[in-house]
Amino acid sequence: MNMALAADAFLALLILGLAIWTIAASQTYGAVVGFVAYGLLVALVWVRLGSVDVAMTEAALGSGLTGLLLLGAAAHLAPLEAAERQARPGPWLRLLVGALCVAVTAVLAAVVLSLPEPAPTLAPAVAEHLATLGVQNPVTGVLLGYRAIDTLLETVVLVPALVAVWSLATDPAWGGRPASPGPRDPGSALTLLAQVLPPVGILVGIHLLWIGADAPGGKFQGAVVLAAMWVLVLVAGLRRPPALAGRPLRWLIVLGALVFIAIGLSGVWLAGAFLAYPEGLAKPLILAIEILLTPSLAVILGLLLLGPAVTDRGSGT
Amino acid sequence: MTLALTLFTVVCVSLGALFFLAGTLGLLRFPDTLTRLHALTNADNLGLGLVLLGLLPQVAWPLGALKLIAVWLLALLAGATVGQLLGAAARPVPGNPGEPADGPTP
Repeated sequence: MNMALAADAFLALLILGLAIWTIAASQTYGAVVGFVAYGLLVALVWVRLGSVDVAMTEAALGSGLTGLLLLGAAAHLAPLEAAERQARPGPWLRLLVGALCVAVTAVLAAVVLSLPEPAPTLAPAVAEHLATLGVQNPVTGVLLGYRAIDTLLETVVLVPALVAVWSLATDPAWGGRPASPGPRDPGSALTLLAQVLPPVGILVGIHLLWIGADAPGGKFQGAVVLAAMWVLVLVAGLRRPPALAGRPLRWLIVLGALVFIAIGLSGVWLAGAFLAYPEGLAKPLILAIEILLTPSLAVILGLLLLGPAVTDRGSGT
Repeated sequence: MTLALTLFTVVCVSLGALFFLAGTLGLLRFPDTLTRLHALTNADNLGLGLVLLGLLPQVAWPLGALKLIAVWLLALLAGATVGQLLGAAARPVPGNPGEPADGPTP
């Protein structure tokens, strides 16, 4: 018990130190590397708290995918960085920013410390009625049963996010292909990895999706693994990025959101409320949402990484 | 029998941890990128291998054990690939020995 406490304390100190290092890092690239390591350590904390679902999401999305997006941003910003450092704000402005950050932290700390003990919880009520949803993983039960509206919004929001990224393209490039994310080098070790890993990764992704009903896992975690395999193949240059004007691709992007909304609306008619599941149909409907959302999420996450189109629409076919 | 298996686990995991410690020391102390990579990949391959070997008697056969072995093989594959890619990026430029081609300097 004391050993575990010592390990937890060490982990907490490590995260605090890494967070300070990430903020204090002078180079954007170094700060992003620090942020990725920070996310992996936070995932370890979630494991220690018994929230394996959150840990996997944090490692895959919070650290992995966000880290990649930030690395891309850092690479784009690198030429501007020296000029940016010249135009550093004056000491008073920095002091003001620091003071405001401390104030926000203090308010957050006060709120956390003033939470009632024990915290009010609906967990026993959820556990009692989990069987009616037909899933054994309480996280999946809450996400798709009781808080389905939150899940709907957080999956649908990815579509406008992708549209926003696409909108950064120039007018002639609209609907064309994104830039190939890696150099084409057939002899590199990356080529071998991109040929050997995807079969395993696709299997793991589908496994994560399927097991989400009964154990930690689910559509988001599975979709990130599938997206990673797709991006790996693209980075190794084995396939070209798709043309963004493709009709099947666009249907695939909105498929998950459309099905989710359609099932939600049918709940108004069949069960009396938006996103309510009819008696006895909860498990099949949850499965349908999870299974149809996964390919949409995988494609959207991959396309978010690829960025806006750069080639002209006509030339790239 | 159980005692022997527990001892086996303790010895193997400790040896694996020792390799990770040595690898981290090498990462911090070695002079250039290629030797640092050497230290790092050794820690990954042997350290993780020994830790997982030690854990094998503690998990259910065959599914748990096969998962552990799969984790090790995937880590080997990823480690070897990343080592190759970083090594290629840090290869000394011809005519200017000792200087890495590019990549972040610590």
